[in-house]
Amino acid sequence: MSVPEERSPSGSFEELAMPLFDRLYNFAQWLTHDRQEAEDLVQETYIKALKGFASYQQGTNFRAWMYRILRNTFLTSRTGLQSAATVSLDADGENDTLVPEVKETPESILLRRSDQQLVQEALGRLPVPYREVLLLCEFEEMSYQDISMTLAIPMGTVMSRLSRARRALRDIVRELQRS
Amino acid sequence: MACESWSEKLDAYFDGELTADDARALQEHLRGCSSCAADGLARLQQKLAVRGAGQRFTPDPAFRARIEKSIAGRKPSPWKRYWLPTLATAAVLLMVSAFLLTLNRERRGEQQLISELADLHVATLASANPVDVISTDRHTVKPWFAGRIPFTFNLPELQASPFTLVGGKVSYLNQSPGAELIYRVRQHQISVFIFQEKDLRNVPGAESALNSLSFQVRSWTHNGLRYFVIGDANAQDMDKLTELLQSAG
Repeated sequence: MSVPEERSPSGSFEELAMPLFDRLYNFAQWLTHDRQEAEDLVQETYIKALKGFASYQQGTNFRAWMYRILRNTFLTSRTGLQSAATVSLDADGENDTLVPEVKETPESILLRRSDQQLVQEALGRLPVPYREVLLLCEFEEMSYQDISMTLAIPMGTVMSRLSRARRALRDIVRELQRS
Repeated sequence: MACESWSEKLDAYFDGELTADDARALQEHLRGCSSCAADGLARLQQKLAVRGAGQRFTPDPAFRARIEKSIAGRKPSPWKRYWLPTLATAAVLLMVSAFLLTLNRERRGEQQLISELADLHVATLASANPVDVISTDRHTVKPWFAGRIPFTFNLPELQASPFTLVGGKVSYLNQSPGAELIYRVRQHQISVFIFQEKDLRNVPGAESALNSLSFQVRSWTHNGLRYFVIGDANAQDMDKLTELLQSAG
């Protein structure tokens, strides 16, 4: 699956929205951990986006617009509300300094592509705010600005949250490797 | 600059978010600092590993087809693009236009009906008292309608299904009374409307699965009664409930 262009060309809703379908579904199931809920979430996202398409400014970042709708819809779902109620991101503010990494040798924290299953399990264990920001940055290859728009958080928070998410992922991977 | 300061910039560097000047300066530092270079390599490996692991879930082709169908028809009509300025083409277009006009009239009637049902459904959901008879027992809900509407109907057994009967109330369409039943499936509420067919004779599409912009709609006729199932649940749930109602006769 290739990443669609950042700046969307003009077109009908169908022409713009359907190329994103597989990736939106993948993201939805990462958020919900449930196939049926992911389908409901994607369906609702497309319904809302179609209704609001008139307000979408042609030529701007359609992909970030769609992800934002999906993510907002998720936040109001039962699973989304539960995740919001159970996760606290300590000091996840704009003015946070980035957390310095503990230096290690590459061998000790080696994550190869062959470790895909391990990384997937670790991603699944991350709190939703960490999981979504990592996926948007690493998998969706969104810029900080687009992540900021999608998640409705300041750029500084995108950077500090990414830094924490990466460290948390590394900790979980280590824990899984030990066990 | 101390290694710690460079370390803070490593992620932004691999994310492509550093300015060209900062990126060049960092590259220069990495060439001379094995510790930061090792740190950078580890971060890059993690980034690539997450990128590879991110693709995990694939949608069901049937689900994709449902979404495609629900948003289809938003493109400009092809005939507009292939207009040919000849009399023969004009004649053909006239015939096509006449056909489309008829089709549009039918669709308008259909859409108007769906809009009215959607309004009734939304009004019910928004109401503080959405139903007049509150019961999950079909043997309580069905008799409640006796004397309130000029017909009777059967309701299905819901055991071993994901649906719950919430209750019912009398509703009106085309100034005619009918039954409105509310079912719940997970977080979704679905309205089932039942009216006499004779009261809806001018409404087309006796048996259909129609999708309005925001709701799934199912409709069929049985024993002189017209059934409508409307809600925002997914198509599979709508079909399941439709089958249950049809099997109850």
